[in-house]
Amino acid sequence: MRIGSPKEVMPGEARVAMTPDSATQLQKLGYECFIESGAGQLARFSDADYQAAGVTVVDSADALFDAVDVVAKVRPPVEDEVKRLKKGQTLIGFFNPAGNEALLELAKTREANVIAMEMVPRISRAQKMDALSSMANIAGYRAVIEAGNNFGRFFTGQVTAAGKVPPAKVLVVGAGVAGLAAIGTAQSLGAIVRAFDVRPEVAEQIESMGAEFLFLDFEDSQDGAATGGYAAPSSPEFREKQLALFMEQAPEIDIVITTALIPNREAPELWTKEMVSAMKPGSVIVDLAAEKGGNCKLTVADEKVVTDNGVTIIGYTDFPSRMAAQASTLYATNIRHMMTDLTPEKDGQVVHNMEDDVIRSSTVTFEGEITFPPPPLKVQAIASKTTPKQPEKTPEEKAAEEAAAMAKAGRQQTQLLIVGAALMALIGLYAPTEFMQHFIVFVLAVFVGFQVIWGVAHSLHTPLMAVTNAISGIIIVGALLQVDSNIPIVSILAGISVLIATINIVGGFMVTRRMLQMFKKS
Amino acid sequence: MTIGLQTAAYISATVLFILALGGLSNQEKAKRAVWFGIIGMAIAVVATIAGSGVALSSMLIGAIVIGAVVGVIVATRVEMTGMPQLVAALHSFVGLAAVFIGINSDLSVHNFASDAERIIHEVEIFLGVFIGAVTFTGSIIAYGKLAGKIGGKALILPGRHLLNLIMVGASFVLLIMYMNHAGSWTLYAMTALALLLGIHLVMAIGGADMPVVVSMLNSYSGWAAAATGFLLGNDLLIVTGALVGSSGAILSYIMCKAMNRQFLSVILGGFGDATGPAMEIEGEQVAIDVDGVASALDDADSVIIVPGYGMAVAQAQQSVSELTRRLRAKGKQVRFAIHPVAGRLPGHMNVLLAEAKVPYDIVLEMDEINDDFASTDVVIVIGSNDIVNPAAQEDPNSPIAGMPVLEVWNAKQVFVSKRGQGTGYSGIENPLFYKENTRMFYGDAKSSLDQLLSQIS
Repeated sequence: MRIGSPKEVMPGEARVAMTPDSATQLQKLGYECFIESGAGQLARFSDADYQAAGVTVVDSADALFDAVDVVAKVRPPVEDEVKRLKKGQTLIGFFNPAGNEALLELAKTREANVIAMEMVPRISRAQKMDALSSMANIAGYRAVIEAGNNFGRFFTGQVTAAGKVPPAKVLVVGAGVAGLAAIGTAQSLGAIVRAFDVRPEVAEQIESMGAEFLFLDFEDSQDGAATGGYAAPSSPEFREKQLALFMEQAPEIDIVITTALIPNREAPELWTKEMVSAMKPGSVIVDLAAEKGGNCKLTVADEKVVTDNGVTIIGYTDFPSRMAAQASTLYATNIRHMMTDLTPEKDGQVVHNMEDDVIRSSTVTFEGEITFPPPPLKVQAIASKTTPKQPEKTPEEKAAEEAAAMAKAGRQQTQLLIVGAALMALIGLYAPTEFMQHFIVFVLAVFVGFQVIWGVAHSLHTPLMAVTNAISGIIIVGALLQVDSNIPIVSILAGISVLIATINIVGGFMVTRRMLQMFKKS
Repeated sequence: MTIGLQTAAYISATVLFILALGGLSNQEKAKRAVWFGIIGMAIAVVATIAGSGVALSSMLIGAIVIGAVVGVIVATRVEMTGMPQLVAALHSFVGLAAVFIGINSDLSVHNFASDAERIIHEVEIFLGVFIGAVTFTGSIIAYGKLAGKIGGKALILPGRHLLNLIMVGASFVLLIMYMNHAGSWTLYAMTALALLLGIHLVMAIGGADMPVVVSMLNSYSGWAAAATGFLLGNDLLIVTGALVGSSGAILSYIMCKAMNRQFLSVILGGFGDATGPAMEIEGEQVAIDVDGVASALDDADSVIIVPGYGMAVAQAQQSVSELTRRLRAKGKQVRFAIHPVAGRLPGHMNVLLAEAKVPYDIVLEMDEINDDFASTDVVIVIGSNDIVNPAAQEDPNSPIAGMPVLEVWNAKQVFVSKRGQGTGYSGIENPLFYKENTRMFYGDAKSSLDQLLSQIS
């Protein structure tokens, strides 16, 4: 089958859904690759690069849509593009199915199969095709770079001959993929990074990136795992506390990066006008939620504004596109992984398996039906960490349990002793006295052995085996007692026994010593 | 030397043996403890020769000298990775000696005060020879498997339990006949049966269960010595045999517990009878090259290394040690996690690491370190498979379900050094290799690590 990518029509969009590299991989899956002339230009992939990778370059979008069975795109399609879709053709790309009903309807009537990349479920298996995450990662990185570009000072603190420079203080609000990427970037530039998230369980992730987690003491904290890793809207009381916390931070912070988005809702206001006015001149706010209205109400989407008190607010919505080469590489890889899953036989034939959780969830129209929203996943998105708590046992209960266990062990021991004693009595009844004396010795030795061996360190088990091996060479004593026999064969056999037992003794002890010499403390 | 003096010497030898075993509770004391054992053995041999008036014939002295020389050569030449084979081979000697002594006793003339005494004596001969013979052939097979001379796979004959039962039953019948004066041939027939039984028992046990087999044979060799002690009425042999026997039994128990296996099912073989289809594994094995591992190690603060049999096979312990030294020199925390059944012998890994001069205080047991994986940056798994297999916890149908395993997958990143994509000794798929945070570092453990060392200064 044939797969191809048109040039993105959205003004300013520099990404492309297929790179020469991903095309090579797709060809290995058995696909023939096509690209619209100039599609990779803004991401610095020339037509010649594509041709070198074996991709057919076609002149127009129309020709491309005509030529291929699978269209891979980045941005949600516009009406013209959807109209070009043929029956049975597959479109892969972002689609925004929740806010794009008209187009969804149109795609349905065209009987095209649409796979929306933002609908890829957040389960481990699907991480490799999670384009939202790979794009968010870039957005987080780029947000810090943009902030640095507009921030007049160093990130890292320095003491120079020309004076002391304090380190920049960065606050990251919302520790999703973008937030964590921003934390990591700011941290590696040398800033002091603080971060906040409504989900207390991400504190660990924040701290693992080297940032300080701003802890909000609030009882009714939510479990983000239940909502597929996204934060849910929070209660008014919680919000109030949260805003108070931010207000406290605002005068100190040089750079604020907000990343709080709730799926299919307007972005929550987290950074109020008061906070902006409390910030120092020269501070920078990067609002990654600008597309959905912004976490700061002063944000203007796609623009950079400077407030009266000198705070720069960046509301760009095209961060990934600003790093088109990197973003295209990652996105094309996501697409390629999606194609791998769609091509189980690696024979260049798309098998649209609606039983597969990942494919089912991301498909929004299929064979003339709208299949959005998808049914709940068969496996839960993220393993829930909250295990049902065992009721704490009272000391009395514990004592009772221990007593019961003791009593049980005691009963077992008594039973064993009785059985043992009966056995002994039985043997004693028939066996001669001499045997019984040896028997006592034997039983006691077994007991001593058990007691002693339990204390041996695990790491010394090999030396223990070697030394018991050497000691079991004591059988030489038996052979020695027989070696003087006047029956020749007995004498010879005993002689051989002495020989091999000696090997055992000498070899066993020496090897043990050799091993123990090696155990050294640091 | 009087009988009283001989007994006194035996008592001191016994005490010294107990101290020798008890001293192994820690590394420092252990070095002294071996001397106790050596002195005890010397006292025992001298007291026997002097006390029982054994003539120092040239044959006797010759046997001892040759034995000692061979022992020295074997002990100094053996590679630490070859320890399991050596231990198994040495066990076979004890077994063989027990067989000879038993047969000798049958050949010698005895006068019995009562019938009961005679019967007990005959039972003792039978028991001693039986245990000795099973130990002998069992150890030889174990040696062959460990040395790679016999395939490691379990040989499962149809109706093997029945076969074992028949052999034991036939031996018992022969014992009854022997007690009823059927003649010495019954003893020889039983010896042949027991030799076969030893072969069959160990052939049916797979390579992964070898630690249990070796410690079990250790135990048997002890019981063989104890049976010989009864036969000869020698308390020293009885006590020492019992010590060794119980020591081996405890080791076997510890090993079985570490694998969550029933002792009986290990002894009788038949590993791998899964009760249902294994869980399907999703994802793919992602390979990584040496640069990737090196840079991850560079970024890591804490590293845990999980060695397994593959490290022993590749003789990679020196490279592991060098890696450890360099990482520690950079201020990183490096530790080792040892599963109780890693390798082919209890404590096998500890000995190898000690040989390579890895300090023993950073080598930790499973229970000590299992909770720390979650806070660890990088785990390097070198040649282990089943002991890091998450299926033991996640898949109730897995043949190793319920076996305690090292929870390496909780670490941020796991590198698995492995020869290829195949399954391990037990033949079970390992979902660890398919996890998101696992990267496969293919190649022979030693050459992989040497490449890695060239990247890490």
